[in-house]
Amino acid sequence: MTFSGFRVIREALTGHKGWTPLWRDPDPQPSYDIVIVGGGGHGLATAYHLAAVFGQARVAVLEKGYLGSGNIGRNTTIIRSNYLLPGNQPFYEFSMKLWERMEQDLNFNAMVSQRGILNLLHTDAQRDAYRRRGNAMLLSGADAELLDQAGVRRMYPWLNFDNARFPIKGGLLQRRAGTARHDGVAWGYARAADQRGVDIIQNCEVTGFRIEGGRVLGVETTRGYIGAGKVGVAAAGSSSRVMALAGLRLPIESHVLQAFVSEGLKPVIDGVITFGAGHFYVSQSDKGGLVFGGDIDGYNSYAQRGNLPVFEDVLEGGMALMPRIGRARLLRAWGGVMDMSMDGSPIIDRTPVEGLYLNAGWCYGGFKATPASGYAFAHLLATDTPHETATAYRLDRFARGHVIDEKGVGATPNLH
Amino acid sequence: MTRLSGGLIDRDRTIAFTFDGRAYRGHPGDTLASALLANGVRLVGRSFKYHRPRGIFAAGSEEPNALVELRDGARREPNTRATMAELFDGLTATSQNHVGPLNFDLLAVNDLLSPFFAAGFYYKTFMWPRAFWEKLYEPAIRRAAGLGRLAEAADPDAYDKGFLHCDLLVIGAGAAGLAAALTAGRAGARVVLADEDFRLGGRLLAESDLLDDAPAVDWVAAAEAELRAMPNVRVLARTTVFGVFDHGVYGAVERVADHLPDPGQGVRQTLWRITARRAVLAAGATERHIPFANNDRPGVMLAGAMRAYANRWAAAPGTGGPVTVFTNGDDGHRTALDLAARGVPVAAVIDTRADAVAQGDYRLIAGGMVSDSKGRLGLTSVEVTANGRREWINCAALGVSGGWNPNVHLASHHRGRPVWDAGSNAFLPGAGGPVGLVPAGACVGQGSTAQALADGARKAAETLADLGIAAGQPDLPKAEDRSTAAAAFWHVPGRKRAWVDHQNDVTVKDIALSHQENMRSVEHLKRWTTLGMATDQGKTSNVTALAVMAELTGKGIAETGTTIYRPPYTGVSLGVLGGGDSGAHFRPRRLTPTHHWAAAQSAVFVEVGQWMRAQYFPQPGETHWRQSVDREALAVRAGVGLCDVTTLGKIDVQGADAGEFLNRIYANMIATLKVGMTRYGLMLREDGTAYDDGTCARLAEDHFIVTTTTANAGPVFRNMEFARQCLWPELDVQLISTTDAWAQIAVAGPKSRALLDRIVDGFDLSNAAFPFMACASLTVCGGLRARLFRISFSGELAYEIAVPARYGHALMARLMEAGADLGVTPYGTETLAVLRIEKGHAAGAELNGQTTATMLGLGRMVSARKDSIGAVMSRRAGLAEDRRRLVGLVPVDPAQKVVAGAHLFTEGAAQDTANDHGWVTSACFSPHLGHSIGLGFLEDGDQRLGEVIVAANPVEGQSVRLRVASAHFVDPEGGRQRD
Amino acid sequence: MLIPHPLLGLRDAQEFTYLGDAALIDRPDPAAGEDAFCDYVFLRDNPAGVHRELWYHEQGDRSWLVVTRNTLTHEILGAELARDVALARREGRA
Repeated sequence: MTFSGFRVIREALTGHKGWTPLWRDPDPQPSYDIVIVGGGGHGLATAYHLAAVFGQARVAVLEKGYLGSGNIGRNTTIIRSNYLLPGNQPFYEFSMKLWERMEQDLNFNAMVSQRGILNLLHTDAQRDAYRRRGNAMLLSGADAELLDQAGVRRMYPWLNFDNARFPIKGGLLQRRAGTARHDGVAWGYARAADQRGVDIIQNCEVTGFRIEGGRVLGVETTRGYIGAGKVGVAAAGSSSRVMALAGLRLPIESHVLQAFVSEGLKPVIDGVITFGAGHFYVSQSDKGGLVFGGDIDGYNSYAQRGNLPVFEDVLEGGMALMPRIGRARLLRAWGGVMDMSMDGSPIIDRTPVEGLYLNAGWCYGGFKATPASGYAFAHLLATDTPHETATAYRLDRFARGHVIDEKGVGATPNLH
Repeated sequence: MTRLSGGLIDRDRTIAFTFDGRAYRGHPGDTLASALLANGVRLVGRSFKYHRPRGIFAAGSEEPNALVELRDGARREPNTRATMAELFDGLTATSQNHVGPLNFDLLAVNDLLSPFFAAGFYYKTFMWPRAFWEKLYEPAIRRAAGLGRLAEAADPDAYDKGFLHCDLLVIGAGAAGLAAALTAGRAGARVVLADEDFRLGGRLLAESDLLDDAPAVDWVAAAEAELRAMPNVRVLARTTVFGVFDHGVYGAVERVADHLPDPGQGVRQTLWRITARRAVLAAGATERHIPFANNDRPGVMLAGAMRAYANRWAAAPGTGGPVTVFTNGDDGHRTALDLAARGVPVAAVIDTRADAVAQGDYRLIAGGMVSDSKGRLGLTSVEVTANGRREWINCAALGVSGGWNPNVHLASHHRGRPVWDAGSNAFLPGAGGPVGLVPAGACVGQGSTAQALADGARKAAETLADLGIAAGQPDLPKAEDRSTAAAAFWHVPGRKRAWVDHQNDVTVKDIALSHQENMRSVEHLKRWTTLGMATDQGKTSNVTALAVMAELTGKGIAETGTTIYRPPYTGVSLGVLGGGDSGAHFRPRRLTPTHHWAAAQSAVFVEVGQWMRAQYFPQPGETHWRQSVDREALAVRAGVGLCDVTTLGKIDVQGADAGEFLNRIYANMIATLKVGMTRYGLMLREDGTAYDDGTCARLAEDHFIVTTTTANAGPVFRNMEFARQCLWPELDVQLISTTDAWAQIAVAGPKSRALLDRIVDGFDLSNAAFPFMACASLTVCGGLRARLFRISFSGELAYEIAVPARYGHALMARLMEAGADLGVTPYGTETLAVLRIEKGHAAGAELNGQTTATMLGLGRMVSARKDSIGAVMSRRAGLAEDRRRLVGLVPVDPAQKVVAGAHLFTEGAAQDTANDHGWVTSACFSPHLGHSIGLGFLEDGDQRLGEVIVAANPVEGQSVRLRVASAHFVDPEGGRQRD
Repeated sequence: MLIPHPLLGLRDAQEFTYLGDAALIDRPDPAAGEDAFCDYVFLRDNPAGVHRELWYHEQGDRSWLVVTRNTLTHEILGAELARDVALARREGRA
């Protein structure tokens, strides 16, 4: 079925009888050419690109819960390509270009909304750093603008300019950045992959790998053994758990990141704003909720929930920056498990086990990478060569000394 | 007026308030909702999506409909539940989310178009043409969406945070909570009792049942009085425990002044972090409704809420007209009885149970159901279908009772899933609940008053026994003990829309469509339809919705499962979570010892992390900061300048193995440092990257002073403690941070020796006696102990002198006085930066955690003759192969500027990521050289001295040709600092 | 969260700074070479369950602690002074 405004009108007039399931619920087949472990955003995007771009017909996605149950449905929906380092920026810009055509590719409105991201700066040193970053963005073909304080005031005159501990001195703006409806991305990829023959198997947890002679043959699951020519793992916060089943240790720790949404409000914030002197970023959803967050809790966790000090820390930043939000209410807080890597950048690579591939280490930034991650992982799985924008995301970069450390904090995952 | 007699309101006093500009009156004890009902107001709001007219639905925090903007101006508070807003004199409330007047909302057109707005419709359209999403569709959606309006000015009120510790936290002060608190309080346990209501009692206030043959409020009043008199008990009314966190930490918000016109000198709300050894969750239960066609009209409300309004607030639902009740259990009959007893006409009770029996003098329609309703802005009649017959019954209000959902929310905050109890047709707290949290009373299915009282007392005693506190059982009053069970009747079948989630306009049909489209798991259902995601978090809708889904899948409710609840239990203001740490108080300000002195000199200050540092010292006639900075920098190079450098981290290292320890901390050799000398030191991270630099002075064989950069003062100390305690615990070494203990002032410039000579107590400062890099303990100014280091950040003859912090101000003043004839000049961080760039010293922009010692030109400092943190990893191929080097940069055209953040390219090369050869790290105007200079990292920079390259700064539309130079613009041989 | 400090009793976790896996105590011998250090610096077991980890009482007595905590439930099973752990391991190795 093709979605369109016309279709919506026709169904509305005929009692919605024609809508069909968004995807099938197939039983697993005995084997597939490629099995993707993880039915979140990255896994589904990988499956979609395998089928749509690389002509792979026999692909399955195994998801231990319901599809889209991980970080794809728990993030703060920001998309952007405002990175500094050459290992990252071209990849995220590739991702941005895929976001820009996603709805047409998928025939699904994921509500990609390019309303801009503004990173506020508060010191001269920050301005220098953002100038360097803005230039890196422009040099990679992305867009960037460096605003002075007046420029920020024009966009958001009600920010705290006059009573601030760390006065706003300007900001780095990427207008093409913005947000997308997180669940919609998962559903759009799932539906498009399903339409192209991918089997999405929910409630199917991988419990082991069958490995012989250093080569993976398939996966043991709660729904039986499934043979596979290749296995791609895109398990985000569970990456270490899954790869441990194959005997591998990763340069990754799992940490909880909390996110927050306020009750619905009439629109006040058009784009995304990040506070450069505290741990706070915010946007406003189409429904009207302020969607915001801050730092990870900072300790290893698989609990998908966090603690009270982060609520306070985030809102101290929020109130310092936007004192008018004080009487709005927090509606909901939740947590996701982040695969925090040792340099803050991801891994899309083969592993020492032949036929076993890894897509992990997205830290708290995996959402914006979803399309490019899926594309690049599909590229690697299908061709055994890395996509041109993802050549730096090697698993051995730590040993070789080629880390991609945007923050410059080293092998301390909770600081990335 | 539809005010009844009796109730818990103070009729002696009258409170004036307005709603949508109209004046009304109420009484102390009223909520906005009860006062509106008592004034005959039924229409109070509009739904989120279809803008359907809505009235008050509930009597507590579960209210989905009656949301208002409370107060106005900077105190405007959107989405306030009228049911939770305590009436105060002068209260103003405004309905929200409509265009045009509330009774003629233009956006109600959405309701007519509702077939087009079925669940998930927006995922299927608005995709063409692509650019129209941001330009047309989304702005229209955004304007229509949202609920209330945020205030336009900063929140004027103050917020506070507090910490409480107790043996037992009791959450909820209804029958179970009061019994638990009494049990624990009498046992001497430290108790905190919190309730979201402004009056203790919970449902006891809403029911007409007697306790020990007296009104329940009498018992409640006695219990409250006893609890408040106990020194070991703290009673917090108007306090919502909103979240359960790890290890017995609970978040609670006390609405200290929300019931007052304004907080005056006090705070509006307080955030309590309650650390409780154990907690009893006595959160009660929330009534559920039964969806039927057009069940969302003003006048349709929960039957239990109706009873609460009549009994507690003496407010008749439905402007005093006849009332009907629709129920699937005995509970609805209680409403009919109470209303009738208070003189409200009851038109009929419609009970889904064929065997239902009337419990009083009212018309009972057994085996019936309400199948439709009428009344555009308020209910006028309901259609009843029973035994195959349909009948319209005129009524002004309908109470709906579908059974009670235990308030299990807090019990699932640690992701434990509630479990279905087929016996009571309800979800009860499941395994995996928070450790130490014990549910009691109605929230665990013990819903009659007698059950709740007994369960509360028993759970408290059992829980305290765990803590070794023996508690007796209190004498509990005789109480009603009726069943609260309801039949498994979830919705009235029909073809019209029947609302499940009132606020988000999710109907039974939407759930069916969700099922049809394979959005069947409860999480997919929630996300596809937005069910339960409104401000009420689905308190009145979630369980009903998944019962409907279970019916569609045929799987049963237990197997269908439920979503889990997340904090906060009800909305918590963002202001109270931020507490007082906002505005200028967002973070503490650390002031240097000379701060007030500098302020008196009219210094301009700048934020450096938490520190405030003097940035420059403008003099009369200087109108631009550059004038001040140029003057200060030239004064240092020509004479002598003073700068407070206290913010640099200072770590005192002592012990027999201090030298060996520092050898392992620093990349370069330290153990060989002679007593009385200082050495520049470089620290690496264990991954081999350059981390921090500073000086290391040896005051004695076993005593060193380590300095760090300002930014890394804390982290370096932490890492050194890690090394001391975890890596090399066998070494005899002790550390302490003395950053705040010593004021340190840089005395820099060719006349610095002359100046210092005037304050030292007979100390020989000659080059021979106190050479470059010397250090010493001495006294100055006639006996003040001090430390002197001959180190230079500027490249000039220079010293840093440290005195106990409390003498910093005096020392600065003395130096200024003593050096007046030498032209002594205070300088700030700007000049400090100019001097160090001129000298080519790395600072934060170069030591940014991404660079190596080799890149910094310090590769040879990494000693291969010893182990130190980062030494092994610094030799990894990727680091060794990095060809970027720190260079100096000078504009070819001296009129042009070097700009930090520009990227470096070979002249003529395409300017893209692939050809990027580095970047400018720092830049300034050098008054010494008379033109702009910079530092930067450049590919093969050490091989390219003299080459002309391009600094591209496209983000500011600039491109400048630069010549590569030595990073040491001033005195590259270093003679000045040594002589 | 509350950390049971072996000397000071239950302290709020906000007083502490977290580092991570307690294996960071076991710094390799410098002669062990790059591979051993890469393993030490970058690779983690990252278990979903019991985890021994380093916390620093930065706003307190500056003790480094080895805390045993379940990463699924956040339950804390114990805490020791990291210095004691390090010394004990040394004896074990010697």
